[in-house]
Amino acid sequence: MPTVTRREFLKVGAAGAGALAASGLGFDVALAESNRVKQKLRIEGAKELHSICPYCAVGCSLVAYTRTNSDGTTQLLQIEGDPDSPVNEGRLCPKGATAMQLAVSPRRVESPLYRPAGATAWQKISWDDMLDKIARNIKASRDATFVATDGNGNTVNRTEGIAFAGGAAFSSEEGYFATKLMRGLGLVHLEQQARV
Amino acid sequence: MTNHWRDIKNTDLILINGANPAEAHPVGFQWFMRAKLDRGAKMIHADPRFTRTSAVADMYLRIRTGSDVAYFGGLINHVLQNNLFHDAYVRNYTNASFIVKDGFTFKDGLFSGYDPAKRSYNIASWSYETDPATGFAMRDKALQHPRSVFQLMKAHYSRYTPEMVSSITGIPAADFNKVAELVGQMGRPDKVMTIVYAVGLTHHTTGGQLIRSGAVLQLLLGNMGRPGGGMNAERGHANIQGNTDHAISWEILPGYLKIPAPGQKTIADYVAGSAPKKSDKNSWNFFGTNYSKFMVSTLKGWFGDAAKKSNEFAFDLIPKPAGNASWMTIYDQALKGKMEGLVLSGMTAASIGPDSNQVREALGNLKWLVVMDALPTTSSEFWHAPGVDASQVKTEVFMVPTTHWIEKDGSFVNSGRWSQWKDQVLPPEGQARHDHWILADVFQRVKKLYQSQGGKFPDPILALTFDYKDPLKPELDEIAKEINGKDLSTGKQMTSFALLKDDGTTTTGDWIYTGSYLDSGNLMKRRQGVQDVKANDPTGMGFFPNWAWSWPLNRRVMYNRASADLDGKPWDASRPGITWNGSRWVGDVPDYPPTMDPHDPAAWLPFIMNGEGVGRLFSNGMVDGPFPEHYEPVESPVANPLHAANSASPVAFLYDKAAGRPDRFGTAADFPYIATSYRLTEHEHYVTQHVPKLVQLQPKPFVEIPDELAREKGIKSGDHVRVSSKRGKVEVLALVTKRLGAMTVAGQKVYQIGIPIHWGYVGLAADSDPTHGRYWMANALTPFVGDANARTPEFKAFLVNLEKM
Repeated sequence: MPTVTRREFLKVGAAGAGALAASGLGFDVALAESNRVKQKLRIEGAKELHSICPYCAVGCSLVAYTRTNSDGTTQLLQIEGDPDSPVNEGRLCPKGATAMQLAVSPRRVESPLYRPAGATAWQKISWDDMLDKIARNIKASRDATFVATDGNGNTVNRTEGIAFAGGAAFSSEEGYFATKLMRGLGLVHLEQQARV
Repeated sequence: MTNHWRDIKNTDLILINGANPAEAHPVGFQWFMRAKLDRGAKMIHADPRFTRTSAVADMYLRIRTGSDVAYFGGLINHVLQNNLFHDAYVRNYTNASFIVKDGFTFKDGLFSGYDPAKRSYNIASWSYETDPATGFAMRDKALQHPRSVFQLMKAHYSRYTPEMVSSITGIPAADFNKVAELVGQMGRPDKVMTIVYAVGLTHHTTGGQLIRSGAVLQLLLGNMGRPGGGMNAERGHANIQGNTDHAISWEILPGYLKIPAPGQKTIADYVAGSAPKKSDKNSWNFFGTNYSKFMVSTLKGWFGDAAKKSNEFAFDLIPKPAGNASWMTIYDQALKGKMEGLVLSGMTAASIGPDSNQVREALGNLKWLVVMDALPTTSSEFWHAPGVDASQVKTEVFMVPTTHWIEKDGSFVNSGRWSQWKDQVLPPEGQARHDHWILADVFQRVKKLYQSQGGKFPDPILALTFDYKDPLKPELDEIAKEINGKDLSTGKQMTSFALLKDDGTTTTGDWIYTGSYLDSGNLMKRRQGVQDVKANDPTGMGFFPNWAWSWPLNRRVMYNRASADLDGKPWDASRPGITWNGSRWVGDVPDYPPTMDPHDPAAWLPFIMNGEGVGRLFSNGMVDGPFPEHYEPVESPVANPLHAANSASPVAFLYDKAAGRPDRFGTAADFPYIATSYRLTEHEHYVTQHVPKLVQLQPKPFVEIPDELAREKGIKSGDHVRVSSKRGKVEVLALVTKRLGAMTVAGQKVYQIGIPIHWGYVGLAADSDPTHGRYWMANALTPFVGDANARTPEFKAFLVNLEKM
């Protein structure tokens, strides 16, 4: 075993997985299973891409296989642990192993929705109308609650009546961009999952 | 993490507190098991609940939730009383020898400077006695001065005897003594221990000090900066680390620069009020020395040509908060009618809590709410939650469909600070748009409104740089380059934050990421991993320097100068961090000038980022004391055995009281049981309520009840039970278990109940339930109070009642 690399090992299949399970790790049945499924689904023309698990912050690397269908759409065939990663060496937990069901879900919000004050149901709204309304709300609340100079005569230039919270599922670059834009709007109430 | 996941394999002893890695971070847990199986490391798990982590630990200690300061305090006392600390490390690499000002005291649970009316400390007396000639701190390397940090802390912790630890924590003294003996061996230079924790430590009114007490123990044992050592936080979300670094946080700007305060008018004022100050002649004080360079380069990056030397680089354009503006403050302000709008992105306020019922009321008090998410959340649906009359909710709500992680590229930063780039695997689903494109579009529309209509101080909105090929659709690759920063005179990407300047000729978006994206390419994409271990991990320590990129400067173990002795030799030759080879430091990327000879009398001290140059056993950086002290949770069934008159934290901020709202804290008379909340392997927070396989694996909400208490109450597994606090209730299934049990605390018998957090009124399980999950939210129970420093809510310790339904 010690002379077999992870990548070679994955090719060994079920017998190898059994040997590793005997070493007491306990993660290998799922791995062997995903390997078997991968071999079944990994057909000619599948594209191999790399991602990171969207759940906890262990940062397990994923390999995602996609195929471009004849109608031009992209089909996700399989997500599995990346055997090259020094973090997870191919392993995934139940959440990571089912990441496909988060990636492709019939429960996704299909289109922008709007619910006016006091309404009892969602209304469909176009992107353009929705973004316009949000921008107008931001400007109105910013103008209504902006403090340029505080009671002590200090220049503070802050928007007190708008808050932004989020980002633990953002790419870092999106998070940085959100910080930059929100500070640009003068926000002081800026928050994310690390606090809670 | 000061270290990283794979590094845990290098340790001799693992202390796990406030965490359950076998279930919450199972794949990271393989490195704990490798330490145990490959090098015979021992694992000690202290937790209210016996979990799968406990099952493979060498010792399990049932500890009362929120009492870990006493546990660590007892270990610190054992190490000090028996001279088991790492002597050379403590004398040279910590502030043990620093002399504290006359006038510092600690009595009856209060440090000097307490103002009961303000519920806060004046920390003036929590500082060093200085040499009038140099302004530097006085030191006594013999550690004998009665006001040396060493002697003060010895006296402070002498109260944490094994019997006192047992009384506070509920851990039998004999078990505690066994742990103390093992931990005491870790002060030997050839031994190293790691401390691993998660939100079980942070979610308390004493959260900051719970972690600090672990860090103090690690400094005494000489374990900070070493492979196999450190203080290692296991973070719960894929990119909670990256987006903390990038400062989606009220009190900081990117790279942990403080948000400016009112009254600061210039960069010089800002640096004087924010940067660490040099307090020893051999302290480099790298952060403090370079603070203005990092800040000016950030301002230059954000405001471009509008940031000039003549206008203090547009310092006025950065908002200056009046006071705390953190999570609970947002909802407190909404309850007061002062918050008009809230944007939630990938984060559901209604479930996250604390005190979900009060938070829901706060959401209903907003003028407008924007929810950016790929899936419905309890916040997007709060206005028609079960039991709510939608017609009475005046908040305007927008549901903005966003893309998932797999539909965009960009980096995720793991707990070990490894920034790993991912591909865009799929195109956006349906009408979904990227979060950053939505934000860019809204921002540009707001900008147009200001251009056409005017309005309050549009200057920062007009000046903010938008140097992207398409301002409505910036690419994450472009933003990653911006974060790294560039030299404006050459147009080249910066290679190190050490080269940033404060004259307006360099930019950065987040200085700790400078070096991640060079002219040669994006280092976060690197993939030289375990496919060739020999080539890719040349030191054998698990650093894998060409796999992704780790901040700062691709360093894998922070503070690694402290991994070597005064001569630059590793404390343990078998586990080198960095080594002085006679002309330079080799191994990991040094946390030190690469060619600084350790024998040079002017050589910098090892902890280059703080003013002292050494690790702080005593610190004035906390608002609740320079030494960690045990305080009871705000809701506790017992008085603090150390000082009943000051039982709970004297400085935790009490929102409801300050706002004049009715008290929402309960007492043991009505709510006799301790409760704590936690996560399960099969769910992450709330989003997995939309994943069928995970809902099948953990379908229904439940509470875990110790079997002895269940017998008293006539409750059997599968019964419906009601758990209530002063703030709300849950009605769920009972799971009767031996994993929880009765404890004796302060001479009283107490029970702890366990509550997984993952359910609410949105998701597959709620859809199939007749009540639609009306009383499924764990955070309906939790108190609206947080850590005195960080205001992290006390999710992990509160009082409840339990009834069979």
